[in-house]
Amino acid sequence: MTIIDPTDAVPAPRSGDGDKTSPLLEVRDLHVEFKTREGVVRAVNGVNYSVDSGETLAVLGESGSGKSVTAQAIMGILDMPPASIPKGEIRFFGQDMLKMSGEERRKLRGARIAMIFQDALSSLNPVLSVGFQLGEMFRVHQGLSRKQAKAKAIELMDRVKIPAAAARVNDYPHQFSGGMRQRIMIAMALALEPDLIIADEPTTALDVTVQAQVMDLLAELQREYRMGLILITHDLGVVADVADKIAVMYAGRIVETAPVHELYKRPAHPYTRGLLDSIPRLDLKGQDLYAIKGLPPNLLKVPSGCAFNPRCEKAQDICRTDLPPLVPVTERDGTELPGRASACHFWKETIHG
Amino acid sequence: MADTTKAGEPTDATPNVSDVRVAEVKSEEQAVAALDEHVDRGEPILQVRNLVKHFPLTQGILIKRQIGAVKAVDGISFDLYQGETLGIVGESGCGKSTVAKLLMNLERATAGEIFYKGQDITKLSGRALKAVRRNIQMIFQDPYTSLNPRMTVGDIIGEPFDIHPEVAPKGDRRRRVKELLDVVGLNPEYINRYPHQFSGGQRQRIGIARGLALNPEVIICDEPVSALDVSVQAQVINLMERLQDEFNLSYIFIAHDLSIVRHISDRVGVMYLGRMAEIGTDEQIYDHPTHPYTQALLSAVPVPDPDAREHRDRIILTGDVPSPANPPSGCRFRTRCWKAQDKCAEETPLLAIPERFKSSDSPAAHESACHFAEEKDVVHAA
Repeated sequence: MTIIDPTDAVPAPRSGDGDKTSPLLEVRDLHVEFKTREGVVRAVNGVNYSVDSGETLAVLGESGSGKSVTAQAIMGILDMPPASIPKGEIRFFGQDMLKMSGEERRKLRGARIAMIFQDALSSLNPVLSVGFQLGEMFRVHQGLSRKQAKAKAIELMDRVKIPAAAARVNDYPHQFSGGMRQRIMIAMALALEPDLIIADEPTTALDVTVQAQVMDLLAELQREYRMGLILITHDLGVVADVADKIAVMYAGRIVETAPVHELYKRPAHPYTRGLLDSIPRLDLKGQDLYAIKGLPPNLLKVPSGCAFNPRCEKAQDICRTDLPPLVPVTERDGTELPGRASACHFWKETIHG
Repeated sequence: MADTTKAGEPTDATPNVSDVRVAEVKSEEQAVAALDEHVDRGEPILQVRNLVKHFPLTQGILIKRQIGAVKAVDGISFDLYQGETLGIVGESGCGKSTVAKLLMNLERATAGEIFYKGQDITKLSGRALKAVRRNIQMIFQDPYTSLNPRMTVGDIIGEPFDIHPEVAPKGDRRRRVKELLDVVGLNPEYINRYPHQFSGGQRQRIGIARGLALNPEVIICDEPVSALDVSVQAQVINLMERLQDEFNLSYIFIAHDLSIVRHISDRVGVMYLGRMAEIGTDEQIYDHPTHPYTQALLSAVPVPDPDAREHRDRIILTGDVPSPANPPSGCRFRTRCWKAQDKCAEETPLLAIPERFKSSDSPAAHESACHFAEEKDVVHAA
């Protein structure tokens, strides 16, 4: 493997003394397509979002909504082909990563932007010890020796609170429990103190008690390093616990964005409202659950107009013909609501009742 | 009261579960006939007493020696009443799926009894066992692997009729299958399609239709919605509730999602490492938990309300669940419990109404296997 010279770190400075106006990461009008035998699947259709240092953006959506594909495009780990990015920009400290060479992106990946995957068991190499896999980050990116790398690996395992780190550094992934494995994934993502972490369903495979431990750890480390965090999940509970702002995705588009408190109080898109109404509550014994009728769309034939229209109770003729743009949401009197937007023709009726 | 307690070995037998009504049967015919008996709503239909399942751990290839056992289920007792839903929650590895398999008689119990309408199904065989199996059906977790990809939907749902032809005569089967598809909200025209042509939620409906095919009385649902998308989960849950009313079913609903379990269950049992930690009505368990494990479990569940995050009193457990091959002595939860004292290591707490609540009629007076049971509301923000 090539050793990357750390002094030659690519774009802009570490924390914001470059272009002060540009956020840590900005995704603009991103499109991703997959060419399949049945046709072109448009998995992501013009997604816009941004994250700042120390901020947590939750991307909420069901399977097939394009939330993971967007993340993979940011990381640059999409298999191309079959995937392609026909349009869009992904700006990291103001520089478009899609225009960088493979070598430049490689230097960013892991060092400046890291990812935590859902299934720790299949994301770790079963035939290499966890110490070796953690140390690889330092050997490849910083050119440390094996010995130094191992010492760093032990330090990292301590950081993520794995008991008896020095004794366990030579253990293999299968010797760890699910929660511990996820901690190793987190340690690996944190190794080079990246500016941005993308966590794709980091706790979905874990039990609730362990999920609470892992989310706590992640939040604590994020505060300490002032990292930006993109949390991809379908769990409305986890989102309420940790997110600062939320982007709701449906069929490859963002249908609503809002700060976390606002979204739960007053959703401005019927899909978001439906999701919130359809989850049973731990603290209340409800009556019948509200169920969004129908099924998530097949991405090969997304309905015309608003993709949600066949499942929407408010759908009118315009919803079946015109694609609603993501427009800013305002109060009744026109006062702006910062950070809020909805892609619904009838957002006014949805939010103001 | 069960009396299979091995000498000297404490089990968590509940002293106050109702007595088992053992049916008097002398022949196989009588046994089969007794299974058709009607059970009134609210009467126990399934009674589990001191159920134990140990999986042996062996060493050696030619000469196998048993070196220990994974104590997956280690002495649990509960009743399932006709027409109710009993939720069973717990972390992975606590034995809840093994309980499901034991109730289906897919695994032989190491010890203990399961009475279905007064007959111990762990001892049945032949025609009587077949008749029991008809009445207890199962819905599985993963709708992608529990349907045979090479069979049509019609064959999948109709297959139970091959084993129990008395339920539907041959000529009538396709009509029955179409009826079942309609009942679970699928288009009866789909009878000739294959599972891959359906989405996850639709497949789970197919699984439910198959479970209903033989007109069972008890359905054991092992994580029936955890593989589904949020918007589809609600549809399937509503369907299951509707079917319960329509066909007068009793459910055992096993899941790790505590919010869904609260929604659907009348009573809830919390399992930890092969034992029942606490059992009671949904209000007793969720609003008035007394076992520290239940409290920790409930407080760890993220509540979909961002305003609650500052106010909730969260109990974060340290460490992982110990191995069921080598469980801690005494109370199994003591290694992660903040209240643990010497007594917890020495004495196994029984699943009973705690002494201090015995005389009160507060909702905290329900069975909890803790020496230091104390009421604590962890779900509602202060």
